[in-house]
Amino acid sequence: MNDGNGVGAGFGWLGPAASSAGERADLLLLVLFVVCGTVALALAVLIVWFSVRYRRGSKADRSNPPSNDWRLETAWTLTPLAIFLGIFAWAAWDYAQLSIVPADALPIQVLGKQWMWKLDHRNGRREINELHVPLGRPVKLVLASEDAIHSFFVPAFRLKQDVVPGRYTVLWFRPTRLGEFRLFCAEFCGAEHSKMIGRVVVMQPADYARWLESGPLRPGLAARGFELYRSLGCSGCHDERSTVHAPRLQGLLGRVVHLQDGRSLVADENYVRDSILLPKKDVVAGFDPVMPSFAGQVTEEDLQALIEWVRATGDQRTGGRG
Amino acid sequence: MNTVTVDRGPAPPAPPPQSAGPSYLDDGHTLASWFATHDHKRIAILYAIAITAFFAIGGIAAAMMRIELATPAGDFVSDDTYAKLFTAHGVIMVWLFLIPSIPSAFGNFLVPLMIGARDLAFPRLNLGSWYLYVVGGAIVLASLFLGGLDTGWTFYTPYSTMFSNGWVVVALTGVVVVGFSSILTGLNFIVTVHTRRVPGLGWFRLPLFVWAIYATSLILVLATPVLAITLILLAAERLFQIGIFDPAHGGDPLLFQHMFWFYSHPAVYVMVLPAMGVVSEIVPCFARRRIFGYRFMAYALLAIAAIGFLVWGHHMFVSGQSPTAGMVFSMLSFLVAVPSAIKVFNWTATLYKGSIRFDAPMLYALGFVGLFTIGGMTGLFVAALAADVHLTDTYFVISHFHYIMVGGSVLAYFGALHFWWPKITGRMYPEIWARMAAGLVFFGFNLTFFPQYLLGYEGMPRRYHAYVPEFQALNVLSSAGASILAIGYLLPLFYLAWSLRAGARAGPNPWQATGLEWQTSSPPPTENFASLPAAPDDVYGYTPRLGRSPLHVDGE
Repeated sequence: MNDGNGVGAGFGWLGPAASSAGERADLLLLVLFVVCGTVALALAVLIVWFSVRYRRGSKADRSNPPSNDWRLETAWTLTPLAIFLGIFAWAAWDYAQLSIVPADALPIQVLGKQWMWKLDHRNGRREINELHVPLGRPVKLVLASEDAIHSFFVPAFRLKQDVVPGRYTVLWFRPTRLGEFRLFCAEFCGAEHSKMIGRVVVMQPADYARWLESGPLRPGLAARGFELYRSLGCSGCHDERSTVHAPRLQGLLGRVVHLQDGRSLVADENYVRDSILLPKKDVVAGFDPVMPSFAGQVTEEDLQALIEWVRATGDQRTGGRG
Repeated sequence: MNTVTVDRGPAPPAPPPQSAGPSYLDDGHTLASWFATHDHKRIAILYAIAITAFFAIGGIAAAMMRIELATPAGDFVSDDTYAKLFTAHGVIMVWLFLIPSIPSAFGNFLVPLMIGARDLAFPRLNLGSWYLYVVGGAIVLASLFLGGLDTGWTFYTPYSTMFSNGWVVVALTGVVVVGFSSILTGLNFIVTVHTRRVPGLGWFRLPLFVWAIYATSLILVLATPVLAITLILLAAERLFQIGIFDPAHGGDPLLFQHMFWFYSHPAVYVMVLPAMGVVSEIVPCFARRRIFGYRFMAYALLAIAAIGFLVWGHHMFVSGQSPTAGMVFSMLSFLVAVPSAIKVFNWTATLYKGSIRFDAPMLYALGFVGLFTIGGMTGLFVAALAADVHLTDTYFVISHFHYIMVGGSVLAYFGALHFWWPKITGRMYPEIWARMAAGLVFFGFNLTFFPQYLLGYEGMPRRYHAYVPEFQALNVLSSAGASILAIGYLLPLFYLAWSLRAGARAGPNPWQATGLEWQTSSPPPTENFASLPAAPDDVYGYTPRLGRSPLHVDGE
């Protein structure tokens, strides 16, 4: 009954990692397993050996039993500490890489809702509970939730990221193996949580390009975003010809923005989202806080489209689409 | 098994003459003599009975989950019912079983005896704590009988505030009331250990069990109020739509996770520190050896309690909290593993040159050391950031914390039950049956939970009512293990009940143990000691004895 998506035939035991991060994670897990396994085995051997040798009634020598030895205590405090810190540093290094998204990553908008995944490719190709991606190219998922917390989990990639309402989270990966892989929701989100599953299909780039242009096409996300930009009245202030003094949005994503209160930040999807819903939160230096909030007027999908339009304005190759 | 001879033994100092009044069990047989008692020992029995009842209910919920998970399809109960089952299992086992189990039952019974006191510092408050616990537990049960709730024991927002349609606020009320029981019990123990020690019993002469209960009490008093605050805020948001955690109302769902785990991670140590205390009493007694590295063991308990307050964010590595915060919490989580490792090494070293017997309490204690080690080591896997990204929210985590909570705390609870049973009841339990039950629990536990590590690595998410077919084989093993575990849990119910009437008389000190609690009669008189006991020179003053013990001469 879990195979409602026609998934199943191609799946079996979890194979080798299918993403660059997953290969690193497997190496880390293997080393953890070997280190911990060795220590556990040594302890088990010691306990069994002591239990046999010093069982009541045995003739083993029990003279001068020690009950304290600060050298021993120091050794078995500092040795684990050193090993632990080593593992920590390694795992933290790999974890840090997960938050450094390559500049050329392919952006895909993901919306989690009870109980399905909706995925939007930039050209307007839309999928439900399936994600097609090209082999070898970094992919950046911008994850949004419409209701409860969900979690986007692809075991073959050894990656998961919670999808939190009210903000965007980002998950990026570089697929390293062709094939179909399970997609699960990993954060309990209601009765049909265990049906919020699907698959990730990793294709050859040429196949992916063909796939992208086939099937049901809607206007590109950015085009919808541009429509919203006009119909919601954003253009009335943010347009170059406008008489109202408002920041330009063209090429905003990735730019450093200096704020009224002296902070500065790099504009990302969360910044654009917050600026639409909570415009007084990060006011740009040199501008008055006159923008009204659009909370309640835009849906999660509208926000995704608007952000995609802002992204398109900064992208030379696709800049004309809007 | 019935040839128990009472041997007060040369190891402990000669007990003071016993001319006390009736044993606490014979001191009144009316209902009021139990339900209005101020005697810490009777209150301990009240706790034990209530805890056993809740453990049974939580266990039934688990059994139904394991039946559901024997097949991939969700065909035994509905998805909604399944969510209510794992919520009931979690809420009951955490707040109504694990947290009160060893501290409230055995801590209550033993702490005054171990420090030579007449009772806890506040006996009436102690009884009040039990009533809070029972009332809170009844409210939680009421939420289940009204229709249950489906949030999971973690109550994550905004699901719990905006989307769940169960009896969330009722259950929260119960948990908050039980929390006050925890706070007052912790306070009582802290004051008792500070003020009621028999003259001459300095801090570093205390049994490690008392140290463990003391460290646990610090956590209970400091962390539980935060749980109460968090749950009350959650109830306010659910009832009045005040935006605290729900982004639709301007709140932040991660704030809830921070506040919840600020309590709930230290709560893990509330569950396992007392278990470490129990094992630190049992291992020296059955190895006839002084506990190795006593001071390190005591400091390790305090270190775990202290650092344990600073690691809560390791539950949130993929939640969207900042990567920097993740790194700090990860490093602190590795640090808290060091004192746990020290404890395992010291227990192992205690066996060296001992004279070891393998009675049921020792089997449970050794089982604890093994399973706690595996649980602790897999804790390193999930503390390692990049590994946790794959493992969190899968069955790997389920297995990890069950190795600590069940393999650790529950085994120690059974170990304590058998070790102190003669003291509590005055009767010996049947050794053969007890060893068999210990073996079943150990085997059944591993068969239940080891496959779950593999399932987690394979990617099976937790809280799944139905699952994809490739996970079935391991789930069948796990369900089979659970049925064996259930038999291991049920057996003691029968043979311990039998022993109440037919067990051999235990005498004051059947294990020839050195703790103060063994220097009074079994069961102890209401006032604990006929006269003020002398502080022992060495609470672990065991000497290896060669040759056979007078105990169980026919059984060895």
